[in-house]
Amino acid sequence: MPELNTLTIAEARDLLRAGKVTSVELTQTCLKQATGARALGAFVHDSSDLALEQAKAADVRLQGGEETPAMCGIPLGIKDLFCTRGVPGQAGSRILEGFRPEYESTVTRNLFDDGAVMLGKLNMDEFAMGSSNETSVYGNAVNPWRRSGDDTPLTPGGSSGGSASAVAADLCLAATGTDTGGSIRQPAAFTGITGLKPTYGRCSRWGIVAFASSLDQAGPMTKSVRDAAIMLGAMCGHDPKDSTSADLPVPDFEALLTGDIRGKVIGIPREYRMEGMPAEIETLWADGTAMLRDAGAEIRDIALPHTRYALPAYYVIAPAEASSNLARYDGVRYGHRAHLEQGDGITEMYEKTRAEGFGDEVKRRVMVGTYVLSAGFYDAYYNRARKVRTLIKRDFEQVFADGVDAILTPATPSAAFPLGMQSDDPVQMYLNDVFTVTVNLAGLPGISVPAGLDAQGLPLGLQLIGRPWEEGDLLNTAHALERAAGFVAKPDKWW
Amino acid sequence: MSIDLETAARVATLARIRVEDEALPALADEFNAILGFIEQLSEVDVDGVDPMTSVTPMRLKRREDVVTDGQMPERVLSNAPDAREGFFAVPKVVE
Repeated sequence: MPELNTLTIAEARDLLRAGKVTSVELTQTCLKQATGARALGAFVHDSSDLALEQAKAADVRLQGGEETPAMCGIPLGIKDLFCTRGVPGQAGSRILEGFRPEYESTVTRNLFDDGAVMLGKLNMDEFAMGSSNETSVYGNAVNPWRRSGDDTPLTPGGSSGGSASAVAADLCLAATGTDTGGSIRQPAAFTGITGLKPTYGRCSRWGIVAFASSLDQAGPMTKSVRDAAIMLGAMCGHDPKDSTSADLPVPDFEALLTGDIRGKVIGIPREYRMEGMPAEIETLWADGTAMLRDAGAEIRDIALPHTRYALPAYYVIAPAEASSNLARYDGVRYGHRAHLEQGDGITEMYEKTRAEGFGDEVKRRVMVGTYVLSAGFYDAYYNRARKVRTLIKRDFEQVFADGVDAILTPATPSAAFPLGMQSDDPVQMYLNDVFTVTVNLAGLPGISVPAGLDAQGLPLGLQLIGRPWEEGDLLNTAHALERAAGFVAKPDKWW
Repeated sequence: MSIDLETAARVATLARIRVEDEALPALADEFNAILGFIEQLSEVDVDGVDPMTSVTPMRLKRREDVVTDGQMPERVLSNAPDAREGFFAVPKVVE
């Protein structure tokens, strides 16, 4: 039997159902690993008491006669952005210090109803704004991967950096993440794991701290494509409490993993070939294309003409929506409230609370958002960006209408970079999302699959983008790619 | 579009975030860097294009207008920095 914390969800499920391992054993093994892994900065709130309670309940269920859900007894890490009843949730921010949600997010409710176990909350960029997990109130999350012969700490990516780090280091069997501009897919690529962002509306956003309401989606971060299929099935589904949640049946995603992609049309978008793209990424992309061709897919060169405008459009729309969503953090009902001087009124309370409670990147984005929505600029910036967004989505619709089943692109413009490397120029950090933001703007499902190692031994991922609501088909193509790529490398344990 | 200090201060006020005077020039610079990046959007021909409202076309669902939640003031107030007698307490709002 391999180390219990190194199991996949699929493997653990089979062992649990066969009575060969208990959820308590799995949970205790993971908790022990997590305790010894503080150097990774992955877990930020511990919920081990709750975890053991949940594990015991799962074991009772497993020992009963009924068929248990796939996620029953599986120990997970939960991104700090999810409201988990009774367990602190701060969205990586000082402004929510001390906040203990009185309710459970729908996604975590779904997972726990299925018997999953919560080991703790995971580190993230503050309010999900970031691509390196360097803006968290808890400190940086660290990538378990290091360059060969070099112990420089690397970023695990962001904003779901803690989730990626924890899964890659086998501190949990899987983790939840959220993705607004790439925050599941980019960290997954940086840490050699699988990360899926479903179609906008597939998972409920109720109880997830909102960043950009038209872009946010929760998704699984897992050790394999099969695990992503299993976990997505448990997470998603219609929720009357989220008006943007789709009232569509949830297929059995795992059952759709045949591995057969013969005749599937895979689009290779020429606009994703960026100037100055590292040769290794180009090669990986070409290799991935060849793998899919060898598996019987038809490769087609396609055009997505408005690709280059996706990042600027995103950096108008996301901050604008954030400025609205973060207006609620005012020191009135929850979280941090500034100490007030004599004579300070309500406005001083708002201004000081927010200045003290928000980090620099969050303040930057809230203010940019405020600017682009303000009188006189609304049309020039926000409306224009929304029109460009329509065009970006139309590019994809056209390509899918022409018969393309999925689109293959690199996931990131580089491998994981050192912590502290990109701190000065905010725009430089934004460029990390260049391959991923289009997918959020168009509301499409996207998945990052680990496909190879770079010359320094760091993982690189490839992204597949699918048709709306066709996560099953996307996962199947990803499954074929995963099998062909044969990525089995694990980081050397230094923590 | 260039941001001057006055505009930066105005935006900070609109966003209800206190920015000290010394910090305004750096903030204006950051805005300018980001807005410079966003400027490319003006190259796009958006004639006749509708601004996107909903990324996935959907109709807003409705429900019966009845009370289905509430009656839990302690839970609602449990995270309040200052809760008194069943209310959220704040500094004076009305002059």
